[in-house]
Amino acid sequence: PGPWALAGLREGRGGRGGPGRAVGGRQWVHGWFPELPWPRRMYRKEKSIQLKSSSAALYNNLSVLHLPGRQLTSFSTVHGPSLSVVMADGLGFSHRQLQAKEGGMAVSTSLLTQAAWCVLPSRVLLVLTSQKGIQMYESDGSIMVYWHALDVMEHPPAQAVFARGIAAAGGRFICVGTSSGLVLVFDIPPKGTNITVSEVLERHCDAITDIAAELGQAPDGAGDLVTADDAGTLCVWSTGEEFTLLSKIPAFGCSCSSVKLWNGIVAAGYGNGQIRLYEATTGLLRAEVNAHARWIYALDLAPQTGKLLSGAEDSFVHVWKLSRNLDTDDVEIEHCHAECVTDTQVCGARFCDPEGNSFAVTGYDLSEIFRYGRA
Amino acid sequence: MSARTLPLLFLNLGGEMLYILDQRLRAQSIPGEKARKDEWTDVDRKRVMNDIITTMFNKKFMEELFKPQELYSKKALRTVYDRLAHASIMRLNQASMDKLYDLMTMAFKYQVLLCPRPKDILLVTFNHLDAIKDFICDAPGILNQVDETFRQLIETYSCLSAGEFQLIRQTLLIFFQDMHIRVSIFLKDKVQNSNGRFVLPISGPVPWGTEVPGLIRMFNHNGDEVRRTEFTTDGNYVPPQREGSFDLYGDRVLKLGTNMYSVSRPVETHMSGSSKNLASHAKENIVPNPLAKEELNFLARLLGGLEIQKPGGSETGFRLNLFTTDEEEEHAALTRPEELSYKVINIEATQEPGRRAELSRILGELEVAEPRPGSAGKGEDLLALMDGL
Repeated sequence: PGPWALAGLREGRGGRGGPGRAVGGRQWVHGWFPELPWPRRMYRKEKSIQLKSSSAALYNNLSVLHLPGRQLTSFSTVHGPSLSVVMADGLGFSHRQLQAKEGGMAVSTSLLTQAAWCVLPSRVLLVLTSQKGIQMYESDGSIMVYWHALDVMEHPPAQAVFARGIAAAGGRFICVGTSSGLVLVFDIPPKGTNITVSEVLERHCDAITDIAAELGQAPDGAGDLVTADDAGTLCVWSTGEEFTLLSKIPAFGCSCSSVKLWNGIVAAGYGNGQIRLYEATTGLLRAEVNAHARWIYALDLAPQTGKLLSGAEDSFVHVWKLSRNLDTDDVEIEHCHAECVTDTQVCGARFCDPEGNSFAVTGYDLSEIFRYGRA
Repeated sequence: MSARTLPLLFLNLGGEMLYILDQRLRAQSIPGEKARKDEWTDVDRKRVMNDIITTMFNKKFMEELFKPQELYSKKALRTVYDRLAHASIMRLNQASMDKLYDLMTMAFKYQVLLCPRPKDILLVTFNHLDAIKDFICDAPGILNQVDETFRQLIETYSCLSAGEFQLIRQTLLIFFQDMHIRVSIFLKDKVQNSNGRFVLPISGPVPWGTEVPGLIRMFNHNGDEVRRTEFTTDGNYVPPQREGSFDLYGDRVLKLGTNMYSVSRPVETHMSGSSKNLASHAKENIVPNPLAKEELNFLARLLGGLEIQKPGGSETGFRLNLFTTDEEEEHAALTRPEELSYKVINIEATQEPGRRAELSRILGELEVAEPRPGSAGKGEDLLALMDGL
């Protein structure tokens, strides 16, 4: 079919997954144009990474480590009692599996709830949270440098006990949440295993779901850490020797499963499929997006461009663009791209570079990581 | 992870089991006058259903079930259903029991996966219980037991938050992870792909409490809406009509968990083709679990104590076949892929002398002196069974 037929196909709505504007002009031309000028999809699917085991239906179940200037990109996703780690350099893939550490009595297997790489100025640690506690490894997963057992007595009986929610904060700390609503702040030395609990934050009444540190530049007085819980309450903190609670964004009736903080804007994903943007300093609601038809499981943000990635149980992954109107100081969000991961409940989604030119996705029961890059 | 998952898992799987058994019993039943001694009749079918339901909803058993606890392993749970299926005159061969369990688990996996909201798992459970009440509508004694359980479900789960329900759902999904057995009724209805994975529709009503995707609203620092835009996707969603009822009686609205089998739509499972999905992972626990035997514990014991006597020759006629012919059943037993074997543990074989004292003590505790309700149901036979050991 020549370009005429192709031109005909391009009529209609502004492209699937496009920004929603009208189709920009049809061009009836002679000859062959290998690159069509119509709004085309922003990302296209690339080669997947095969995993040795499938991904579990857990919030934020994909972590990606991409260090600037290095060819290596690492991916990790929780299977259940184990974590799959895949390291990809330009040449091939190497796989590793890490196990959830058993509790002291070693009578029951433990399930992992989450894993994430924490990038600090002097080192990168791979942190795993489970029903029994918190494991910290060197970034390639080769050596465990620290183990923190959860205090079961702190939890009322009949309540599930687990750690969940991981973030590096303040250039010096790693924060991890628990099912009782506590946030443990670990002080991480530049090297070695002398990791200590520096503080325990007790402002949440429900299980912590996610924690995020400021990825860009916090405006004056804005916090640099946000913690989210099962009830949907968000707390904004300023980190340091002592953490200070700056504001508490009340729940509106929906669980918050994933949260991000960028340039003083809190982006939160909820169980009713909404993404909300708040001012971190004041807690004011700035945007409300009816983004997904099901529970959101993952959010990620590309700090150099303000691109936001969201993945949910409805099989969709969306890319959005956050920005700040310099005149009005209003927060703006626009839709850039929609990807339907057929027959998959997405449980993990991450950008693979700081500009958001590529992203990775995994889903429940899937033994692969799908990758997408700028078309 | 969630300590409140087991009752929902047990009741829903039990419900599916009853749907399948009822369908197979109807398919194999002969009108009373014409039946030979070894053939199923309607009376037999009702008796089997009543027996199993009575055992399932036994008061002591339910009390134990509702205690906060971690989920059982697949092996342990399978043994519980083994016992339950044999609570009456019916007998199932290993191959038929395997197929039954495959169907039960794939059906409930499907229901959990497609629940619009995590809380809707409760509606699915209520659908199963509503149907169970229909099965025993002419046995008021057992009906009472089921209603009791219904009330206990409402009491236990009504106050849980959406986040806690999602944790229950996630716990269930971990239990069902990597199961991709193809079920012909699902394949025919196009709810399952030929690779064993379920079809997830991107159209239809959104869950109660969710808005149809598309609208973006932006607000200024005074809280006024200043801008509104829309985006489109391939999805085709509509608002939901109404919420299902969480009361003892009511319209559940949700169809998941209702009986999809009928005499004209027999159920088959396909073993071939599903094995390649398991190549990457077949083991459930990488670390051998020293408590594995302990898991076959209170619940399994409550359901029948030590190994039941093998049925005598005259009872072989009451065997139920989940396949169309005996030859098919035999063939299925021989060709079942290794990785799909449930490796049901024989309790007798694992009893060590040291445990016997513990077992007797536990059984001793179960001998409750209170007067039992005067129903003629099989309920009291459960404890009587233990007395007789």
